[in-house]
Amino acid sequence: MEKLQDRFADIGEFIPQQDDDVIVCRCEEITKGEIRKAVHEGIFTIGEMRRYLRNGMGLCQGQTCGKMVKGIMARELGIRPMDLTPATARAPMRPMEMKILANDRSGD
Amino acid sequence: MKTTTDVIVIGSGIIGSATAYYLAKNGVDVIVLEKDATIGNGSSSRNGGGVRQSGRDVRELPLAMYGVKNLWPSLSEELGMNVEYHQDGNLRLGKTEAHLAKLKQLADNASAVGLDVKMIDGEEIKKICPYMSDEVIGASWCPTDGHANPLLATLAYYRKARQLGVQYYSSVTVEKLGLVRGKVRKVITSEGTFETEMVVVAAGIGSRPILNSVGIDIPMNPKIADTIVTEAQAPMFWQMLGTAAADFYGHQTEHGSFVFGGGSGHETYAKNPEQMYSTSITASYICRAIGGYFPALNDTKIVRTWAGCHDICSDGVPVIDRIDELEGLVAGCGFSGHGFGIAPSAALVLSELAMGKKASIDISGLRYNRFKAKA
Ligand SMILES: Cc1cc2nc3c(=O)[nH]c(=O)nc-3n(C[C@H](O)[C@H](O)[C@H](O)COP(=O)(O)OP(=O)(O)OC[C@H]3O[C@@H](n4cnc5c(N)ncnc54)[C@H](O)[C@@H]3O)c2cc1C
Repeated sequence: MEKLQDRFADIGEFIPQQDDDVIVCRCEEITKGEIRKAVHEGIFTIGEMRRYLRNGMGLCQGQTCGKMVKGIMARELGIRPMDLTPATARAPMRPMEMKILANDRSGD
Repeated sequence: MKTTTDVIVIGSGIIGSATAYYLAKNGVDVIVLEKDATIGNGSSSRNGGGVRQSGRDVRELPLAMYGVKNLWPSLSEELGMNVEYHQDGNLRLGKTEAHLAKLKQLADNASAVGLDVKMIDGEEIKKICPYMSDEVIGASWCPTDGHANPLLATLAYYRKARQLGVQYYSSVTVEKLGLVRGKVRKVITSEGTFETEMVVVAAGIGSRPILNSVGIDIPMNPKIADTIVTEAQAPMFWQMLGTAAADFYGHQTEHGSFVFGGGSGHETYAKNPEQMYSTSITASYICRAIGGYFPALNDTKIVRTWAGCHDICSDGVPVIDRIDELEGLVAGCGFSGHGFGIAPSAALVLSELAMGKKASIDISGLRYNRFKAKA
């Protein structure tokens, strides 16, 4: 278990930044501004963010943007990136056709 | 830290968060306590998104029908966030005569209590969903069923509850409840003691030990449930699907991906179900099953698999009730693998019970003291 989190913790106002429209998650086209704004709406963990915006849920499963999202969120929350638990890695390691995943029994 | 309030809700899943929302909407001061670091990280963010009335036990049908009629259609607007609710019907598919007999029985039971559900043949199925394999010879069809996005629905309730001032704490584990002069007044946690007039236990399978701490036991067991999601596809169909064989269920999401679940048959014996690890054989099994209904999806890629843990009551329906023996205690748990679709109406009723009101929907079949020895 991690540290107790007060969901009304004071993290200050959302202040627009010049590069807010930069795309961070390329698979699902999620911008830096969307991620920063979500933090101010109470989205405090990587798991919540993925479910809220779909960042890291596309074809590469966050292998490209995972670190960047973590950095952006940590800065917004005023904590260290290492204090945010990374997303759970999930099978399959690479996207796999259903007919291939279905074929797990020899002799079929 | 705020430690005193009118109502403490234990669990931040869709049941707990929606209950907190309906309470806050009525001006009640609420604290939600969540064991996990992440809000809604239990079943509520791991489920198949089915918002079904058909195929339900008649004891929970009033909740299902009320929600579909009165709550789901306006939920996105009410919560200020798109929860991707689609009401395009549910097809429960059959491939054999035995399947059709089973489906007809379920349909007849539901029709008898006023639900619009009927049997249709292969040709009619293809009119609704042209991608269906010829192996499918019939289905039950409930046009008012549908699906929604559970990840967004859960977070939408959380977000709105928080906007209304509900105090959430995450990474705090409730260890037990405490009595003051015979009334439930204390919630003892890993982070200290909270004080309240009323406790709503909505902690999924974690509800059992919490209720046990004040002498109440609801017979329920954990059970693993596996799910898979595909890459995005162009829109194909919006129906919710299930089967008489119970080999798979699922739907296409607004995003374009398909979310499918299913069971290999060994779920009851999975190791450590509460850790929610995917089993090694189920994703393959689900893919095989789907190939037999939707050959068009054979080349579609699976991008992710995960698992959730059901809270299975011994008779398959939840407990939604005020506890008679102890003042200040309401239980909403044991949803037995189908609590998402009824979550808005179940939570509405839980909020009413917590405010000392009469339930506005019939929950007479969902009492906590219904578990009796067999005749
Ligand atoms: C794979 C899968 C598919 C499903 N498909 C469907 C479907 O298609 N349609 C449908 O209607 N339903 C479906 N369900 C069921 C549905 O998801 C659940 O019934 C519903 O989400 C239950 O919500 P909940 O809030 O009670 O539980 P949860 O979301 O599990 O929330 C309980 C919360 O309590 C917390 N908690 C536990 N113990 C403690 C403690 N001691 N202290 C503090 N917090 C604690 C947990 O961490 C958790 O966050 C499915 C479930 C699964 C797993």
